[in-house]
Amino acid sequence: MKTKAFQKIYTHIENITKATCTIKAEGITNEEMAYVDGRPAQVVKINRDYVTMQIFPGTQGVATNAEVVFTGKPPTIKVSDELRGRFFNAYGEPIDDGPPVEGEEREIGGPSANPVRRKQPSELIATGIAGIDLNNTLVTGQKIPFFADSDQPFNQVMADVALRAKADVIILGGMGMANDDYLYYKAVFDNAGALDRIICFMNRTDDPPVERLLVPDMCLTSAEYFAQDKKMKVLVLLTDMTLFADALSIVSNRMDQIPSKDSMPGSLYSDLAKIYEKAVQFPDGGSITIIAVTTLSGGDITHAIPDNTGYITEGQLYLRRDTDIAKVIIDPFRSLSRLKQLVIGKKTREDHGQVMNTCVRLYADAANAKTKLENGFDLTDYDQRCLDYAKEYSKKLLAIDINIDIDKMLDTGWEILAKYFTKEEVAIKKEIMDKYWKG
Amino acid sequence: MSTKGKVVGIVANLVTIEVDGPIGQNEICYIDLSGVKLMSEVIKIVGNLAYVQVFESTRGLYVGCNVEFMGRMLEVAMGPGMLSRNYDGLQNDLNKLTGVYLKRGEYSEALDPEKKWHFKPSAKKGDTIIAADWIGEVLEGWIPHKIMVPFNYKGTGTIKSIASEGDYTVHDEIAVVVDENGEKRKLDMTMKWPVKVEVSCYVNKPRPFKILETSIRTMDTLNPIAEGGTGFIPGPFGCGKTVLQHEISKNAEADLIIVVACGERANEVVEIFKEFPELDDPRTGRKLMERTIIICNTSNMPVAAREASVYTGMTIAEYYRMMGLKVLLLADSTSRWAQALREMSNRMEELPGPDAYPMDLPAIVANFYSRAGFVTLNNGETGSITFIGTVSPAGGNLKEPVVESTKKAARCFYALEQNRADSKRYPAIDPIDSYSKYLEYDEVREYLDEKIEKGWVDKVLKLKDILLRGKETRDQINILGDDGVPIEYHIIYNKAEIVDFCILQQDAFDKIDASTSLERQRYMVNLILDICNSSFDFDNFEEVNTYFKKVINQIRQMNYQEFKCDTFNEMEKDLNKLLEEKRLSEFSRREQLMEEVLDEKRED
Ligand SMILES: Nc1ncnc2c1ncn2[C@@H]1O[C@H](COP(=O)(O)OP(=O)(O)O)[C@@H](O)[C@H]1O
Ligand SMILES: [Mg+2]
Repeated sequence: MKTKAFQKIYTHIENITKATCTIKAEGITNEEMAYVDGRPAQVVKINRDYVTMQIFPGTQGVATNAEVVFTGKPPTIKVSDELRGRFFNAYGEPIDDGPPVEGEEREIGGPSANPVRRKQPSELIATGIAGIDLNNTLVTGQKIPFFADSDQPFNQVMADVALRAKADVIILGGMGMANDDYLYYKAVFDNAGALDRIICFMNRTDDPPVERLLVPDMCLTSAEYFAQDKKMKVLVLLTDMTLFADALSIVSNRMDQIPSKDSMPGSLYSDLAKIYEKAVQFPDGGSITIIAVTTLSGGDITHAIPDNTGYITEGQLYLRRDTDIAKVIIDPFRSLSRLKQLVIGKKTREDHGQVMNTCVRLYADAANAKTKLENGFDLTDYDQRCLDYAKEYSKKLLAIDINIDIDKMLDTGWEILAKYFTKEEVAIKKEIMDKYWKG
Repeated sequence: MSTKGKVVGIVANLVTIEVDGPIGQNEICYIDLSGVKLMSEVIKIVGNLAYVQVFESTRGLYVGCNVEFMGRMLEVAMGPGMLSRNYDGLQNDLNKLTGVYLKRGEYSEALDPEKKWHFKPSAKKGDTIIAADWIGEVLEGWIPHKIMVPFNYKGTGTIKSIASEGDYTVHDEIAVVVDENGEKRKLDMTMKWPVKVEVSCYVNKPRPFKILETSIRTMDTLNPIAEGGTGFIPGPFGCGKTVLQHEISKNAEADLIIVVACGERANEVVEIFKEFPELDDPRTGRKLMERTIIICNTSNMPVAAREASVYTGMTIAEYYRMMGLKVLLLADSTSRWAQALREMSNRMEELPGPDAYPMDLPAIVANFYSRAGFVTLNNGETGSITFIGTVSPAGGNLKEPVVESTKKAARCFYALEQNRADSKRYPAIDPIDSYSKYLEYDEVREYLDEKIEKGWVDKVLKLKDILLRGKETRDQINILGDDGVPIEYHIIYNKAEIVDFCILQQDAFDKIDASTSLERQRYMVNLILDICNSSFDFDNFEEVNTYFKKVINQIRQMNYQEFKCDTFNEMEKDLNKLLEEKRLSEFSRREQLMEEVLDEKRED
């Protein structure tokens, strides 16, 4: 850290807590970056001439006479085309042995787009995975997380989606990411010859947790550069947002804020919304799509983190192991893409909506039949057919290893429906039925 | 001279200011950050320290910034030209703000100062007036926009002069009035009003008695909301709160719809921006946007302005209500507003109530809901504000402070249920737990007798009984198995399924099914009650299920057709044929007995 002439330097710290320190200083601005004993810190509270800073790597070993240098500005990142293909830490410093990036310096966590300047998203993202394209179609400019227990293969699915999404730039934000997973992503992107489209901001398991708080904003400010200035289609992958939220709670706890549900800060909703709402479709073609991972503990979605996330994002994708077919599927019940109706039947075939709904409804009937079976009751002929149908539906359409185009998904849907059900049971609108029924 | 101050403390958007003179609670001030003025509101005063919530990001703010107090509370400017606008929570016209990103400190005028309106006076020199009297009108879009005596006008006055018919801007003088003390006041076509105070210069607020048609069957038929009534829609995420509110805003029979997007997704507002200018109002054929005002503080916009946004919406609604209009105000979601209050209360280190919400949350919510209502104006005309808010309870748990506070304040409860949403039974309003208190009003019953048909409410209650029995028999079937219950249980259950599938469920994305007129709802209720009042001939329960699936399918096909069109009539014939195949001439005594047993059990 080289000091410059105009920077304010202090050497007398008044208070130190686990995550913050307070000094007497003047002319300091809110949210400004500082270095305490060489560690990055940010101003979080000012009370007359007492300035409190949050120290990202923690305060272990910081002495009261440590050097405190204020930078006079909030955290920033330099944006330019040079970002492409590079790997950075949470502060935007290279971790790939490459040179520092030159470019325009921008504040991270900047203002939000004026809603009237947005365009309604309408461009379909085809992933080949029927659990997504058929039942929960994604569009550019959408924000959607995977809800998954930590033992589920969300990294694989994310990587598949990222590579098939035809994005111009893919920005990966790792928060508390295991080194093995980091290497996995790197290898997958490398094998696909996509490294020059990748930008990565990484906070790994062994990095200080509070540093994670910078990762989403680093990713999104870079994303805004490509999406708005360069009119590109940008895909931002954020994983794991649960660990991001945990870091928020650490900070708020250390600042003695009153926790609300699940010891999360009362501002959790706003904090998460500020990140996810950066997803946007601009009228001139640029877009930011956010696909995130929110790990659950034991599938509990009433916990404050997935709960608040669900209220913010445009749907969620659930991974679940289907023991009947021994594969991981995208659960059609709780998964949802809220923007799917913008493309279903408009950008896809007219029967899409009806096939999707009918298949899921009959899958629900199968779930009921299964409960009956487990409770030791006899199954009717209809129940039995539902169960058989469910297996095939799961295997041919819900499993995450599917990779077919949407028309093929629809055709497969019709085939399975006709195989197990009558026209009345399927109960699809007549015009559609007449045209597509395969009975 | 106005009071000045200097910033002495900053935590997020709570700023402490040392002041040099008198200030008021809720007074507005501007913090000068190197020329950028950040609007703020006083929320606590201790000695010469003012605690203010800043409606913008406080990044870069420092101790010593100058502050100027404005001597007024947060207010909106009202006059012709608000219709079809997209405002933010502080009534900035979003379309007039420059740039792709919202710049802090950039404010824009709510009303166009240059546009000329064609004013026609309706009062004349010498007339006596009081606050809110109509003295003329301009045509705002299609709305005869009344020019009113400012709501803050005290006592009785006399018109000294009034402009003749002609074109004027909102700030041109259109009248001069003198009060009892001879004090003159010049009037133009605008007025300002503090958003947290109800506009109450009407004669009275009688109990609402009319129904506000929404075209949503599960609301209108089962739990109608009154014109001037209040309702709320709680539900876990993804259960359909926003889609339901959008459907209501598209189809409800109101003169003016004010949509407050409060702390939710920007794309949902973009949907309105994009669709409303293109969609037709089903009743008038005008574009939907022509009767809509949007107030938008999405979740990424400054948190403090979220609270302001609901009040801004309500105050604009009150302004139009005073013109004798039927206003529908929708807010999605009021939980975000409550959370904004919570964030602030926590920052001020106030003693928290349940779930860390402020202690006075119930009072704040009740006070807000009570501003809706049906009112009689000075001139005998009536106007109304119907208010429907959504609530987003944490974890979908309805026993949380915002739901509980709202339940005390609102008269209709439309609970969205996860299970219904999961099985795509949209709209996912739980037919059993939801209620409309208005069904208990004698005046409402009488109105429905007139408007739909005699004895309508009794029919509605019958439908509710059928649904309740359906739920009970389903539970029994689940416990005892298909074979473990009498066949009549399957019949009772399936009859409830007809009501569910054909009346309650409604496809928001189908052009025809999305909106059902009261006339058609009446037809459907009679059709389905007739089926439910019949007995059918079955040998075994599988036959019951198969048969009723066919019936349901047939009626649903009809729902997708234009009412009484040829195809519809054909389908109706087929339905009757299907019914006659199995219908018995008399109602089964056994089925009746079982219904009675179920009803008695429930009453115990
Ligand atoms: N009436 C409806 N008809 C069809 N689909 C619906 C309906 N209501 C909701 N949905 C589906 O549920 C999704 C979530 O609805 P939304 O209103 O956004 O939920 P909430 O506001 O409660 O979180 C929608 O995107 C849509 O796919
Ligand atoms: Mg919603």
